[in-house]
Parts: sequence; structure tokens; C-alpha cells
Amino acid sequence: MSPDDATRQDPAAGPRSGEGVDVGRRAFLKAAAMGAAAIAAVAGGCGPRAEEFLQKNFRELSPAELARVLARLEEEYARKYEKKVNVSATGALPGTVFGYGLDLSRCVGCRRCVYACARENNTSRAPQTHWIRVLQVPREKGVDLSEANAYYDPPAVPEERFAYLPVACQQCRKPPCVKVCPVKATWQEPDGVVVVDYNWCIGCRCCMAACPYGARRFNWAEPSLPAAEVNPDTHYLGNRPRMKGVVEKCTFCLQRVRQGRYPACVEICPVGARKFGNLLDEKSELRVLLREKRVLVLKEDLGTEPKFFYFYGT
Amino acid sequence: MTRTYRATEEPMLPPASSLAILLLLFFGMGLLALASVMLGRSEGDGEGESASVAHGPAEFSALLEEDFTRGLDIAAREGEYRVPPPPFSEGIFPCSDCHTGAGEGDAKRRALEAAHTEIRLEHGGEDRWCLDCHDLRERDKLRLANGTLVPFEESYRLCGQCHGDKYRDWRSGIHGKRTGYWNGPKRYLLCAHCHNPHSPRFKPIRPLPPPVSPSHQARPAAGVAAETGGGS
Repeated sequence: MSPDDATRQDPAAGPRSGEGVDVGRRAFLKAAAMGAAAIAAVAGGCGPRAEEFLQKNFRELSPAELARVLARLEEEYARKYEKKVNVSATGALPGTVFGYGLDLSRCVGCRRCVYACARENNTSRAPQTHWIRVLQVPREKGVDLSEANAYYDPPAVPEERFAYLPVACQQCRKPPCVKVCPVKATWQEPDGVVVVDYNWCIGCRCCMAACPYGARRFNWAEPSLPAAEVNPDTHYLGNRPRMKGVVEKCTFCLQRVRQGRYPACVEICPVGARKFGNLLDEKSELRVLLREKRVLVLKEDLGTEPKFFYFYGT
Repeated sequence: MTRTYRATEEPMLPPASSLAILLLLFFGMGLLALASVMLGRSEGDGEGESASVAHGPAEFSALLEEDFTRGLDIAAREGEYRVPPPPFSEGIFPCSDCHTGAGEGDAKRRALEAAHTEIRLEHGGEDRWCLDCHDLRERDKLRLANGTLVPFEESYRLCGQCHGDKYRDWRSGIHGKRTGYWNGPKRYLLCAHCHNPHSPRFKPIRPLPPPVSPSHQARPAAGVAAETGGGS
């Protein structure tokens, strides 16, 4: 499964780590990859760099190809972080569509979720990437995004005058980001989670322009992630370490929820304001709150149909 | 009617000292401006100072690293619910260690002086008193309004007498924190794990630092990039 050492040491197909790729090198690599492909057709094997270049869209990979991709990534991460990093590609569980509830009458704006998310999802530390942004909104304005402040820093929260509105990917049923992607690098999984194939993303950021919630993040620089802080439980479409030039976003902690666990933000919330469950299960807490509470979605008028529901528990 | 002022009536600063003050003001402002430029903060910065530093989750690992599925077995699937033991203060339970003997106890409503003086009852104002929830004779139990005694592990039955809407929401998983597996065994918390029964209002906590504002985002934190081999 893993490529042999001889090919890896080939300068044309050298490891990805380290210095950036300039135009000359990219052109050279392209030529080398084409050559390697031709050789591969004959000899049936080629180096990891070429393999990465020729990798298909995640959804077109055969099981054997997928296994090879995962092995290559695991090897790459092991080399980069000097520890074992699992990359899974667990599919959606049958009969599940994930939904999320957030109790606006409970959230105190403590930002535990923001950092628990960063820790779980291997987001870049510097430049800093956060998938969750907690907005502080004046109570008298209601849910008014134009008055929002994400940089509040009082000695203690909640403050009497404010409500708090954490915003991450709303996992729309009609996601505009998916619609605009020119290369189909982002799509909605059968369990309703909108995911990104980081290896297929070309970094055009059309999806970021299309998202009305500002939920997508772009890696403007090579993400930095201290090896000691890498969460080794990863998913190909979720929290595996990303590279420069690709877009990323909240995936409801795909790597966790497909194993039955709760997203990291749900687990850490000290006030229990975050709810998660299967929208197809009538007994799930999501369905109960949809039935019994005052529920709102952000920017409902846009027709994106989010599966992220804000509600008032009181 | 006109008045004439003489120089002696309105003392004026000698020209030299007023010049000195002006100069002082001028340089003072200059220094301030210089300082703000050097600190990289423009005057219109609405965000707090911490928005200029990229804080990472590792700084708060003590807060973030609890394993919430510990002790739960996903294979058990439906039906299993765990509740951690009630959050007693150190060495306070069982109550009968101190409250021994029958007939002992003063049921008169009063300010406590001999023991439990640290308890400030901020729950229902004047209407509440110890023996509304605690039992005079069975000290290790709680007492419902109808006289039924319940163990501390079932304190939610006591709370639910008044807070019926919260009790209903808590049972369906909407109110309060639920951890474990969304499709399997779960862990509930008792009311008292989050709300001090004697003073139930949620106490304010210190928020974790704000995100880096875009104007400060470009600067990688010292050392991090070098350490990880990140940054091209």
C-alpha cells in the first residue's frame, strides 16, 4: 500500500513538507507527474507527490484508490508530525441527517466552544483559524447581526446588556457554497454535512463569497499546528491537517459524529446550550426542541434552509 | 457700567512658563502618538487589546481536555443513562455524621449560627427556608412538599416540584448538559451540578480570549511557525 522508499527519494517526487512551490517547480512537477503517470500505466506504481497530483475527486475514488490515498496521507502526516495520525473516510450512517440546536437564552459567550473546536479540528494556530465565531449582540436589538461584536473581552460573561450568538457553518440544506464551487470540491453528504475535499479545492474562494454566514475559512498561509497539539483522530473530509490555499469549515465534527460521539463544542459547553442529534429520529432532543420551543434560523429569507437551529429554552 | 482691569487683578503667567506648558503638551502628544504606533494599535481600534494576540487551545488544556465519554460503552446503545454523584462539598455527606440522634433539631425559622454559616440562601427570597427541602429527622434525605423523602441522587424530583417546565425540558434533553453518545448511552447532570441549590443563578465566568482581529492576523506568533516547520 505505501509507496516504496526508492520512489519517495526521487527529487521530482520529493516529500511535500517545507518550502513553497514556485511556478518553475510547479511546471516541472507537472511534467514529472505526467511522466510518472505514463510510467505508472506501464509499471503500475509511482511516487507520492505524483500520486497526489493525479488524485481524483474524493467521490470518484474507488475503494482501492481511497485506501491508497488514506495510506499516503497517514504517511505524510506521520513524517510531518512524527506521530501516528489516523485518517478515516467513514461514510454517513444510514438513516441520519444531523441537526444542531443552540439555546440563545442559555449561551453565556464564554468561548469554550471556540477553543475546543480548534483543538479537536486541527485548525491553524498562527495565522489563527477559528471555525466558531461568537457574536455579542445588544439584547435590546434582538438577533441583529449588524450590531454584532466578535472581539468582546470583559472580565466576566454574561453581561447583562448582551446576548451571545455563536456562528459556525449552518449546514444548509440548500447550500449556496456548494452551488458555486466551480470544481465540485465541496458537497453535501447523505447525512447532511457539507464537506470539502481539501485535495480537490483550488482555493478560488467562490464558496466564501457565496456563504451568507461567513462560515468558511481560507488558509492564506501554510497552517501552523504544533506536532504535540495534533489531534490524531481525523477524517479525510473533516479535521485532517490542511494545507495552504484551501478552504475549510465546520463539519459538525464528522470524525466524531459518525462514531456516535457528540461534536466537541457540544461536549465542552459549560451551560448545556448546545444540542446535537439526528433529525430523522423522532425521539432526539433536536426534534423535541423543534416541536416545543421558539426556533429561528439565521437569514431565513435567503432560503438556504440551515440545519442549525437557534432556540429560546425559556 | 464698565470696569477696568488692572494687571494685578488678573494674574497672568509669565510668557516663558506658558511657552513651556505649550511645548510640554506638544511633545506629550507626540510621544503618545509614537507609543500607539509602536504598539501597533490605531486609535479607532474598537476591539480589546487581546484581539492582537493569537491564543491557542493548548493554553487552556486544563479546561478542555475532559473525556466526556469515559465509562460509557457505545455498544450498550439505547437506554443507559448515567448521572454523576451529587456535587457535595468536601466532607459534608452523610449529614448524619454530625446530625445524630432522634428528636434533635430545631424547626424554628432562624439565621443559622452554629453551623452552615457559609450558606447564603438566595433562592426564592423570603419564602424559602432549610426545611422546605431538607428533612428535620432524616438528614441524609431530601423532602418533597408532600412529605415524601428522596435521596440526594434524585434531587431533580425536588427541583421539579416548582420548576416543572425545566424538569420536563431536562428529561427530554433540552435543558442542561448531556454528554456521551448521540445514538447511545448518555450522561446527564443533576440540577445541582450547574446550579448551587442555595443560590441557583448561574455565576458569571471569565471568557476565553477573543479571536485575532484581521489587522493582527498576518503576524504569526513567535516561535510557533519555526517549531512546526509551518510557514513557507
